[in-house]
Amino acid sequence: MTFLYVIARPRLVGAEAISKSMSYEIVIGLEVHLQLNTKSKVFCGCSTNFGSAPNTQTCPVCLGFPGSLPVLNRQALELGAKVAIALNCQIAKEIRFDRKNYFYPDLPKDYQISQFDQPLAQRGILNIITGESEKKIKIRRVHLEEDTGKLFHQKDHSLIDFNRSGMPLLEIVSEPDMNSPEEAYLYLTALKSILEYIDVSDCNMEEGSLRCDANISIRKKGDNALGTKTEIKNMNSFKGVKLALEYESKRQAELLEGGKKIIQETRLYNTEKCVTEPMRSKEEAHDYRYFPEPDLVPFDFEESFLEKIHKGIPELPEPKRNRFIKDYRLSNYDSAVIVSDKDTADYFEKCAGLYGNPKAIANWLTGDVFAYMKENNVLIKDLNLKPEHLSDMLKMIDSGVITGKIAKTLLIEIIATGADPRRLVKEKGLEQISDVSLLEATTSQVIRENPKSAEDFKNGKENAIMFLVGKVMQQTKGRADPNKVNEMLREKLKGVK
Amino acid sequence: MMELNTLTAHNLTELLKKGDISPLDICNSIINRIEKTEKSLAALAHFDKEKALERCGNLSKTAEKGELWGIPIFIKDNICVKDELTTCSSKILKGFKPPYNATVIDKLTGLDAILMGKTNMDEFAFGSSTETSCYGPTRNPWDLERIPGGSSGGSAAAVAGDEAIFALGSDTGGSIRQPAGVCGVVGLKPTYGRVSRYGLIAFASSLDQIGPITKDVEDAAILLKAISGHDEMDSTSADIPVSDYLAGMKKSIKGLKIGVPKEYFIEGMDKEVKNSIKAAIEKLEKLGAVCEDTSLPHTEYAVSVYYLVATAEASSNLARFDGVQYGLRADNIKSMMDMYKKTRKEGFGDEAKRRIILGTFALSSGYYDAYYSKALKVRTLIKTDFDKAFQKFDAIVTPTSPTAAFKIGEKISDPLTMYLSDIFTISANLAGIPGISIPCGFTKNNLPIGLQILGKPFDEETILRIAYNYEQNTDWHKRKPDIK
Repeated sequence: MTFLYVIARPRLVGAEAISKSMSYEIVIGLEVHLQLNTKSKVFCGCSTNFGSAPNTQTCPVCLGFPGSLPVLNRQALELGAKVAIALNCQIAKEIRFDRKNYFYPDLPKDYQISQFDQPLAQRGILNIITGESEKKIKIRRVHLEEDTGKLFHQKDHSLIDFNRSGMPLLEIVSEPDMNSPEEAYLYLTALKSILEYIDVSDCNMEEGSLRCDANISIRKKGDNALGTKTEIKNMNSFKGVKLALEYESKRQAELLEGGKKIIQETRLYNTEKCVTEPMRSKEEAHDYRYFPEPDLVPFDFEESFLEKIHKGIPELPEPKRNRFIKDYRLSNYDSAVIVSDKDTADYFEKCAGLYGNPKAIANWLTGDVFAYMKENNVLIKDLNLKPEHLSDMLKMIDSGVITGKIAKTLLIEIIATGADPRRLVKEKGLEQISDVSLLEATTSQVIRENPKSAEDFKNGKENAIMFLVGKVMQQTKGRADPNKVNEMLREKLKGVK
Repeated sequence: MMELNTLTAHNLTELLKKGDISPLDICNSIINRIEKTEKSLAALAHFDKEKALERCGNLSKTAEKGELWGIPIFIKDNICVKDELTTCSSKILKGFKPPYNATVIDKLTGLDAILMGKTNMDEFAFGSSTETSCYGPTRNPWDLERIPGGSSGGSAAAVAGDEAIFALGSDTGGSIRQPAGVCGVVGLKPTYGRVSRYGLIAFASSLDQIGPITKDVEDAAILLKAISGHDEMDSTSADIPVSDYLAGMKKSIKGLKIGVPKEYFIEGMDKEVKNSIKAAIEKLEKLGAVCEDTSLPHTEYAVSVYYLVATAEASSNLARFDGVQYGLRADNIKSMMDMYKKTRKEGFGDEAKRRIILGTFALSSGYYDAYYSKALKVRTLIKTDFDKAFQKFDAIVTPTSPTAAFKIGEKISDPLTMYLSDIFTISANLAGIPGISIPCGFTKNNLPIGLQILGKPFDEETILRIAYNYEQNTDWHKRKPDIK
């Protein structure tokens, strides 16, 4: 439920504290690997279902058998182009692929079909919101490639599952434009939000459909040259990315403070110990010997193909957020929270079409509804609360049929039963009581039973009346109209001098 | 019984249609011949008599008969046949049986041809002599002391030695045309993209093509038509209609313009070869073609360019033979790296190792621009040479090889001299154009000499037409070797 975390709450934590006190600046660039949700793999017809029995979704092509040849899946290209357009990238005129050569058992051909010097797209922009200000993070490149198989290390041998081999992967590389682990976190959530809007991936970090590597370095504030960077791998949640980067920036700062040098290397994040550990140094880095993939013919992107993709892109989070602020007069915060998830935004707009007070909808949505969703770990699309029902409930509050307090319990009741709120109110007798004759007895009783408070009020203690109102509300199980009760109590206490 | 194994496919089809013979007669004739000559030739990598007979027996006997019904065919050992050994004559693919057919195999069996077995080759098609095979060298039927050319030496020797009616080879730098030339048979390398490469175990993906090796030009036309066409499984296969080669080649060559590039008549070239080619050119002129000298100025760079591009691609294509999934895995391995190293050390022969190392070097960072990238640029220049020449000419004729077959062992320890065997055939692969080699004479030692005819992209029809007209007016193709 990412939408709960969208807005930065600027605070000084770990790494930032260190870097600020020692006047270092953190520089972070992110590489995101995204599994595109195509029906079949990127260079063969095998299914992309997750969780099938090992090696059941394979064929000679994705097993890299000799003599087999790749054929590009147009849907993968389409989804890749969709991402490129959504990230405001320049799309390549010619599509071509390269081979990245390295030996590893999860890579059946011992080369990966990828894109090297001519990626699918370049030079994009992604906006993130830090507090109340915006920051533009530049996207360096977006390219399409094939995924590898998966290794399972046993005691004295390893097993390989090639179901993942040949799944379409989109690599999205940012410029080193982020200056804190928090910004890296915001970049990832903003990116994920866009990717979910355009429906190109499940974006599930646990299932591995979204993976992230980070490059991080630090430098003295004011320095122009970048410091020596390390690459961090093996982070399996957005939170993990942030924690790993906090640890790593602290580690680098401590090294520099101690007069030591940072070694350029790849480090693995240890999720249990919450530390980064060396994996391989630059000297051990591969020479991938990229060269143009001779098995796939380069071809030009047709204008009509791109136009079709363009038309398929819905309103994205950022323009939607601005529109919500303008059209519904929502606050920056409410608007950002609501649009970060497309289903939530759609839900909001449905309600807004049924009920004329968008601010009230936003309050209920981000308040009680989100709280319920979080508590019960349910997504809005699975939530048993029709927009009509929420709107009806809000209308009943406005017209005085129910109190706001009753509405809170009614909401839970609606979600639990899925029933029409008006029917529920009738059946359960939840209508607000504003009839003086019905409240007569209760107000008198409360004054009788709380003589001390009654006396206090009479002696000028204005607050005491609230206590008595509360008592009446309690007696009526929240159904009494609090304004009416207040009025009646004052009248009664004035009369009895 | 007539010696059916000596006939061509089109002869046999006629006899089959008449009902004079049965597919089993042909099969038996082939088997008899193999039993007699295979010990001398060593042309075959995998041959199982019982299986061949079984396939023959399984042949459909319905009225609906494919164009190659009952005709046996041999396949080079780098083309995948489902559940049959396909080893590229390499130890590293020991025991490998692909779980699928190459597209050409599906096409052939779809036309009711009978798969007989696999032919020997240079390991992974690396060579011009079939000496680098892990099964040992194949011998030239015209002189058993000599090489049959390569890398499709097994296919060429089997066809020339009448162990096969016809066969498939593959050509990356001359591997169909050069062995056909030195064995005195017909070999055709199609335009890049004419025949699907799906199921051809890649040597150099941007150069490889499968093609026919046959006893005459008509069979080459028949077999080419059978295997050509667009294939959805191969992105590099062209979606261009396949011509009716058989009808097209029978037209006269009167008025056709043929270029003779001066760069193909080099210093130190074998005199007998040179004279045979000159005579062939005169013959073509007599038949009405207009032959003129021309120039392909970048020819001298072809061998260098080829040995960078082809080895670079090969180094990557052969990476997958790593001991993980199939083929050889070395014993007593201690780690992953140990498995890679030992398996590849034991599995690959010297020439394969040489080319993998050369290609890896050419692609390495710091050398890429000077070697691979530069080679691609020169490759474009070589292609442009041909484009220009074909603006003026319908075809180009050259010798297939600078010499007739050399002796086994003569060049195996001198790779650079060996590489020059392909000096006249390599350019066609770099330019992607079609080429055919046909017999055009013999040396005084009775060794065949090949004439190469190169054509415009996807114009196999014209080179077949020139070849057919020449063949019909000469009788080099009728001579048979006497295998002791």
